[in-house]
Amino acid sequence: MGLFILRRLGVMIVTALCLTFIVFFLTNLYPNLEKLAKSQGNVRMSDEAVSSFLDKRGYLDPMPVKFGRWLGVVPGWVTQSPDGTVTGRCFAKDAPPEQRPTFCGVLQGNWGQSTVFKDDVGSIVLDRLGKTGTLMGFVLLVMVPASLIVGVLAGMREGSALDRSLSTFSIATTATPEYVSGVIFIAVFSSSAFGLKWFKGSARSAMEDITFENFTLPVLTIALYGMGYIARMTRASMTEVMTTQYIRTARLKGVSFGNIVLKHALRNALIAPFTVIMLQIPWLLNGVVIVETLFNYRGFGWVLVQAAGGNDIELLLAVSVVSVIVVLLTQLISDIGYVLLNPRIRIS
Amino acid sequence: MEPLIWTGTLSGLNVAFFAVAAALAVSVVARMVFAVFGPAAARPGVNSDGTLTGPVGVTGVLSKAVRYSFSALATLVLIYVLGGVILGTRAGIVGGLARNMLPVWIVLIVLFAVSITFKRKLGLYGKLFDSTIGMIGFALVMFWVVTGIMGGAFDMLITHDPLSQFPGMKNKLPGTPLSGAGEQDYQWFLLGGDNLARDVFSRLIKGAWIVVKIAPMATLFAFMVGITLGLPAGYYGGRLDTFLSFLANLILAFPVILLFYLLVTPEIVATGIPNFMAAVLFAFPIIFCAVLLNARYFTQPALRTPLLIVVLGGLVWTYLALISNNGSIVANDSYRIPGLPAALDWIDMGSGLLTVFVAVVFVNAPTVFRIVRGLALDIKTRDYVAAAQTRGEGPWYIMLWEILPNARGPLIVDFCLRIGYTTILLGTLGFFGLGLESESPDWGTTINSGRQLLSIYPHAAMAPAFALMTLVLGLNLLADGLREESLRD
Repeated sequence: MGLFILRRLGVMIVTALCLTFIVFFLTNLYPNLEKLAKSQGNVRMSDEAVSSFLDKRGYLDPMPVKFGRWLGVVPGWVTQSPDGTVTGRCFAKDAPPEQRPTFCGVLQGNWGQSTVFKDDVGSIVLDRLGKTGTLMGFVLLVMVPASLIVGVLAGMREGSALDRSLSTFSIATTATPEYVSGVIFIAVFSSSAFGLKWFKGSARSAMEDITFENFTLPVLTIALYGMGYIARMTRASMTEVMTTQYIRTARLKGVSFGNIVLKHALRNALIAPFTVIMLQIPWLLNGVVIVETLFNYRGFGWVLVQAAGGNDIELLLAVSVVSVIVVLLTQLISDIGYVLLNPRIRIS
Repeated sequence: MEPLIWTGTLSGLNVAFFAVAAALAVSVVARMVFAVFGPAAARPGVNSDGTLTGPVGVTGVLSKAVRYSFSALATLVLIYVLGGVILGTRAGIVGGLARNMLPVWIVLIVLFAVSITFKRKLGLYGKLFDSTIGMIGFALVMFWVVTGIMGGAFDMLITHDPLSQFPGMKNKLPGTPLSGAGEQDYQWFLLGGDNLARDVFSRLIKGAWIVVKIAPMATLFAFMVGITLGLPAGYYGGRLDTFLSFLANLILAFPVILLFYLLVTPEIVATGIPNFMAAVLFAFPIIFCAVLLNARYFTQPALRTPLLIVVLGGLVWTYLALISNNGSIVANDSYRIPGLPAALDWIDMGSGLLTVFVAVVFVNAPTVFRIVRGLALDIKTRDYVAAAQTRGEGPWYIMLWEILPNARGPLIVDFCLRIGYTTILLGTLGFFGLGLESESPDWGTTINSGRQLLSIYPHAAMAPAFALMTLVLGLNLLADGLREESLRD
């Protein structure tokens, strides 16, 4: 088991490295750098001004060198301008020479500077992750119990009218992406055209103070799309369990149907949905990006959109590192959890 | 001229419609509640002569209520549509829509009549018409497909030009008469005007064409890539499998939206990277077909060689036409790779559309790869594969002519689901304003431009939202019906 986890961690690091390099490569292509220079400096910069701007900041060095700098295995760039002032990646302009480190990258704990937000990347990401974490927490709190209940109810009598109604409901939710359900929710529950105005169409105020009024719609929007899939997996697992021998034995013994479902079937039926729920979390991240944009909730997903729109290289790299970790960590947890929950499987 | 109301002269039916809809909702909920908390499974009633009747007691009453209210609702909808076709805009907005969609209704009725008549001779497709869910799904999908083809390719159905702006029609509500309309103009904006004073209805129909055009093709390409790589990965295993699986997981670990932003922005398009990706990804169907035919017919060179020349010739021409634009594959300031000359380029795909296409194929292919690999891993242990190996068949013959046909059931179902997912992805791209021009009528872009005014004028965003939802719902129901029917044998 220990070896298994170690191997998975190794794969995780290699994946993260490859992925960040791809992001690094794409964001460092010359047209992107030109856009960056023009947005940082002056929109009407000449081509020479752009290249000198980029050259001074080390953007024009070879790709592996730049990537090494970001990682912290290659010394950061230091430029001396004609008037004698020295600027560098690793230190502020007025830092005394003895306080100028040579290496500053991710390995040294320095995630760089965001060019869009003019702030330290590490603190932006941590701060926004907290906001998104709250949103995700509420989503899971709504989505997981609801989908498990729907799935178990649908799966306990396969083919019944209840099963058909609930299955159609779960298919309908998977067919409604966040930007559709979000738009419909806002239009119906918060627009003046329908006149209901039960909730707020923007979650901006939820960043300071979460209320039922401003947080219901975003949570519901994400939860609804994720729900159908988990419910269908739970249903499949439940119908499988309900046809096993031991359930038939219990039924022949005269155990009541309620007891069969709650005491005999439920525990075995919930093993498969556990993995599905874990694997669903990275998908939620996608929904989070859409919902945060739609409801103007400034969390991690909103930062991703802003960073991608402004070609904010170091912020994008941090964002992709975080999402790779989320993806691979949830995979790892789902594998380990599956083994722990299901005594029939052993990893040798 | 008066603005149209929703149902016009048929408004008398509205009370009945809402009453029946409420009855349906109540009876469905009651049946569900009763199924959970009521006594155990309903038994059929036994008549005195020994025959059985349907479930009796409360369950029986409730299922009857659901059935009757559902039929009543369906009948009412039919009356609205028929009345609309006959009365036109005198039956309000619904009537106007129904009249405008008349060619679509005719095609759908003919399609269903023919399919149901010959359903026993049509294989899996025919069996679809045995399941209600499958039929509903098929009807929804075909509605949008027919609408897209008629409206987009033949310029039927639409009432106004989807790109031109009509003065005085900005953000107007559904049913507003067109101000300053001439004699031959259509007199109303059936679904209202958007924030640039364009007709929402016509844009909706043009948007359907974009989806119908891209989503199935992109899914097909993703399947070609996934199958061509997934079969050897599953069949051979080993290093190849490890490497390809790692690549697939790498792409899957990307947040989809970040990937879209990285691939579809104008700066990246200027470097030509999407064109190179198109050149690689679109080559897979050619490889697939070449290997497929060669594996089967290489023992009969007299048949194989002409067949390959004809098929590959056509495919390569299509391939070149797809990836070249204005006579070049990549054209930017620093370099240019020449492609097919414009005279031979019969597929007119703008670079924006091409980029969107590539991005969607790229995102979908790894998932297909994983499914195919899993199926191949499972099927390669079967006896008929061992028999083929003993006969001395080549590995590609076994993969493509023994394993692939036996994996078709799950693949067809996934194909339907994946078209739906691709539609969602296209909408996502439009929602973030990536790829297509901002005036493009596709549904995602329209939702994006409509959401700024959502709390005051929601109609401009609601129409494409409902359209996208019904299309994807139709595809999912279709997949469900297919799965049910293919499991039945």
